[in-house]
Amino acid sequence: MQFPESWLRSLVNPALDTAALAHAITMAGLEVEALAPAAAPFTNVVVAEILSAEKHPDADRLRVCQVDVGEGAPVTIVCGAPNAAAGLKVPCARPGAQLPGIEIKIARVRGVESFGMLCSTKELGLDGAADGLMVLPDDAPVGEDFRAWLNLDDTLVTLKLTPNRADCLSLTGLAREIGAITGADVRLPQIVDVAPGIGDTVMVQVAAPDACPRYLARVVRGIDAQAPTPRWMAERLERSGIRPLLAPVDITNYVLLELGQPMHAFALSRLHGGIEVRRARAGEKLELLNGETAELAPDMLVIADANGPVALAGIMGGQPSSVESVTVDVMLEAAFFAPAAIAGRARRLGLATDSSHRFERGVDFGATRQAMERATQLLIDVCGGQPGPVTEAVAELPRRDPITLRLARLARVAGVELDAGRVADGLAALGAQVEPHADRLVVTPPSFRFDLAIEEDLIEEAVRLFGYDNIPAQPPAAPSFMLPQDETRLADDVLRRTLADLDYQEVVTYSFVDPAWETALDAAARPLPLANPLAGHLSAMRTTLWGGLIETLRHNLNRQQARVRIFEFGRVYAAIDVQPLKVGGLALGDVLPEQWGATARHVDFFDVKGDLERLCGSALDTRRGDHPALHPGQCAEVWLDGRAVGWLGVLHPRLVQTFDLPSAPVLFELDGEAVARRVLPRYASLSRFPQVRRDLAFVLDVQVAAGELLGVLRHAAPAQVRAIEVFDDYRGKGLERNQKSLAIRIVMQDTQRTLTDRDVEDAVQLLVDAAQRQCGARLRA
Amino acid sequence: MRNPNEIVAESLAAIQGAADLPALEQVKAACLGKSGQLTELLKSLGAMPAEERKAAGARINEAKQAVEAALKNRRDILQQAELDRQLAAETLDVTLPGRGLGTGGLHPVSKTLARIQALFRSIGFEVATGPEVETDFYNFTALNIPEDHPARAMHDTFYLADGNLLRTHTSPVQVRYMQSHQPPLRIIAPGRVYRCDSDVTHTPMFHQVEGLWVDETVSFADLKGVLADFMRNFFERDDLPVRFRPSFFPFTEPSAEMDIGCVMCGGEGCRVCSHTGWLEVLGCGMVHPNVFRHVGIDSERFVGFAFGLGVERLAMLRYGVDDLRLFFENDLRFLKQFN
Repeated sequence: MQFPESWLRSLVNPALDTAALAHAITMAGLEVEALAPAAAPFTNVVVAEILSAEKHPDADRLRVCQVDVGEGAPVTIVCGAPNAAAGLKVPCARPGAQLPGIEIKIARVRGVESFGMLCSTKELGLDGAADGLMVLPDDAPVGEDFRAWLNLDDTLVTLKLTPNRADCLSLTGLAREIGAITGADVRLPQIVDVAPGIGDTVMVQVAAPDACPRYLARVVRGIDAQAPTPRWMAERLERSGIRPLLAPVDITNYVLLELGQPMHAFALSRLHGGIEVRRARAGEKLELLNGETAELAPDMLVIADANGPVALAGIMGGQPSSVESVTVDVMLEAAFFAPAAIAGRARRLGLATDSSHRFERGVDFGATRQAMERATQLLIDVCGGQPGPVTEAVAELPRRDPITLRLARLARVAGVELDAGRVADGLAALGAQVEPHADRLVVTPPSFRFDLAIEEDLIEEAVRLFGYDNIPAQPPAAPSFMLPQDETRLADDVLRRTLADLDYQEVVTYSFVDPAWETALDAAARPLPLANPLAGHLSAMRTTLWGGLIETLRHNLNRQQARVRIFEFGRVYAAIDVQPLKVGGLALGDVLPEQWGATARHVDFFDVKGDLERLCGSALDTRRGDHPALHPGQCAEVWLDGRAVGWLGVLHPRLVQTFDLPSAPVLFELDGEAVARRVLPRYASLSRFPQVRRDLAFVLDVQVAAGELLGVLRHAAPAQVRAIEVFDDYRGKGLERNQKSLAIRIVMQDTQRTLTDRDVEDAVQLLVDAAQRQCGARLRA
Repeated sequence: MRNPNEIVAESLAAIQGAADLPALEQVKAACLGKSGQLTELLKSLGAMPAEERKAAGARINEAKQAVEAALKNRRDILQQAELDRQLAAETLDVTLPGRGLGTGGLHPVSKTLARIQALFRSIGFEVATGPEVETDFYNFTALNIPEDHPARAMHDTFYLADGNLLRTHTSPVQVRYMQSHQPPLRIIAPGRVYRCDSDVTHTPMFHQVEGLWVDETVSFADLKGVLADFMRNFFERDDLPVRFRPSFFPFTEPSAEMDIGCVMCGGEGCRVCSHTGWLEVLGCGMVHPNVFRHVGIDSERFVGFAFGLGVERLAMLRYGVDDLRLFFENDLRFLKQFN
């Protein structure tokens, strides 16, 4: 909400300068968002009248003007404006004047001495563009300081009001609030009932009294709608961000700003029959003031005449019944529409009006009549005309029940004792009726407060008036309990740190992605679609982290980053109750950063598998699997603790092309919870006897996976075998094309004795037999 | 018998002339070896008359000692020279860079989240989490934001086709946690939140940390104390000015916005603080009784405070980042600045 400081100060004028007042308002919860001067600074400009304007003897485009600046003798000013003419009143900068960007001096212009400058709005910084002198009205007082005459030393205040403070959406409400905060006197405009001069009325029927508990209508006949809006009113409207249009409309807008009561003026001749306030009927439409036609829904409240809706109640009037310059008879409307009957409707229609903004939050139902009288008075003052009597339809208005504020409760919530008398005085200054008791206050809120219903509401008001800054900031005292530390579940940050130490950079990508990525990565993916996405490429919830990781890869490749190793820790989304945490990553480019003394080599499947083993703290169980996004021969399902927990592999060549990548990245995505699991270490006694190592080379079919052989060997191994590991995979010379040789290291040790050669030979034979029987493996000669 | 002194003189000259250890060993052999000159002299002692033998033996021994001393001396020098040569040959250019993997790092939002969590954990706040795809009930209704409440318009909610939504704040975690735990409670809930808004100062996804403390004796003064303590520790500035302004959130009452003195300009006024000297950093307040009612906590017995702070905002202020959007572009040149 924007308004000029001068208007506010005409109602309440605390002894605070602009900045101090703004601070006081802000600290009371009405945040001052901006303070702006009403006009750019300039000095020494007066209202002047051009007495004569003769062509300059030596310049076709210049005129030599005799100008009355209110000092008796006219002064000579050379002027280049095309509209300079005798009889015009214009702003005149006197010698020594400081205008935005220039200083005015006595100057000789083509041989003629000029004593100042006649100004356009642009030269005064009032407007960005101008095509001539600023022409002032005929009643402008010659010689008067221009700034003072137009009240330009004013400040435009913009407030950012919270939705609970609808009562401050008017100058009257603000004045009352500031009076309560600062203790300054509040002088509200005196509003008296306007006696009717004619008997004309419009019949009003309220068919939806719950939605419209109060409706006031009044006919005013014989107005001059083209009468000029008074300058003071136009100025206040403009400085409140409302453009003056036509006097009757300006007056209703003025009352809205002054009292907070949205009003509407209908052209009486366009209304047929009586007025009915009812809910819209299915299929009804209304052409609104903004020129758009609204399709009305049955939960929308309308003002209707015999022919149908003429206004969208509390939101916007209709075009056909709007007041125009030729209108002579009007019907003024001032109503109280219940917040629940208005809320949300404007937004659904794509509208946000000053009226709906106020009705949604709550308009003072106790001041409807005052607003009507105020508007009537202003209308007949400005436009003339004869008012009829006020027609009023009243149903059940909102209640304002007394609320008990317990002083002990107040102290407990605030954390400090507040003086009961001052609390009572403060609440009274806000317009509430306060009944003090020894241990409590019984408070009846005023009709303009829609946010005071329970004790907490009053506690907030009491603390607010006391000043949040006056509440001490105290470190709380609480019983000290240690927080649980689950040693079998690593903190997310430890996992993040581990991956970072493995030279992966963490990224954070959007949870919503391009659905095309999802289906490209997995044709069976069914990502949850957003109903109102910002853009197509952000329109579905991700089902995998890979889309965002690949997009991040592309972004960085396009910025000359040839080696990209990234990971993300985040959720994927399948349903309201399925939003698992995943850790996903990607590596592309050299396995090591470019460096001296190391041969460059591209990162491969096993490099990343090793990283994952370090991340998980144990050897991974990887099994052959098929993932549609991965190279079918370089793809593994990752198992941890007997459970499939994710995928590791090289991006499918088809997708390398789809995503336009220079080569295939290695990707992984694992279940975040599974990765974080650890087993509590359990000590096993150390053997004092020597360990024996035997290396075996098995020849077997290339189709037999190393993991399969290892599984068979480990299963068959007797207790003394401590470790069985692969240390080489050889193919080529000396072997058949479909064969490979796996070199296996076997470590044996007994806890009770030194192993004999016989023990070792027996164990090896056992393993060789098992390998032969189950994997078709033989020992290499 | 040859004069041992002559042999010594010759040997010493040869020792001096030996260029390396093998040459020295040859000199040694020629003098002291099995058939070396002094050894031969010793052998010849047996043929001497007994009365001369003793004196001659003594002279030979003296000569031997002299040669051995010279040998040792020369050997030490040659060994030292050899070692010096070897060390010189093995000298590295220690200014060359080290080898191996580079360093990755955490996203600045993660770093900031970790910092926030560590500070709150240090005074006993546990970390709780909740779903990001949420129901209308948890995101709004249970937080005292009924349908058509004007506060909903401030939230710019993303909806899913099935009527669920992306949580607009981390506050729903409060509700879920209070449903399943009894007071006293002390939690923070970090995570992603979503608003349908994208411009220079807004991204459609960002991070919040929600905080909640419920107990029988928790007051607005405690709220102020905890949050002022947090901000001063987060920014490591004991003298950081803080202030609390009345505000409105449907789920707290009284509600407040917390400002800190601008950490960029020290309160002098700059572009970051819009020349006010203050930065709005979080919203907070005392838990509204309607929220307690939704989760079945007796609001007569228990009082609570809650707060929600924007993580990117704090990260920007802490690290001097001037463009919010950088956090989600994931440009490695940006991210690596935080490693």
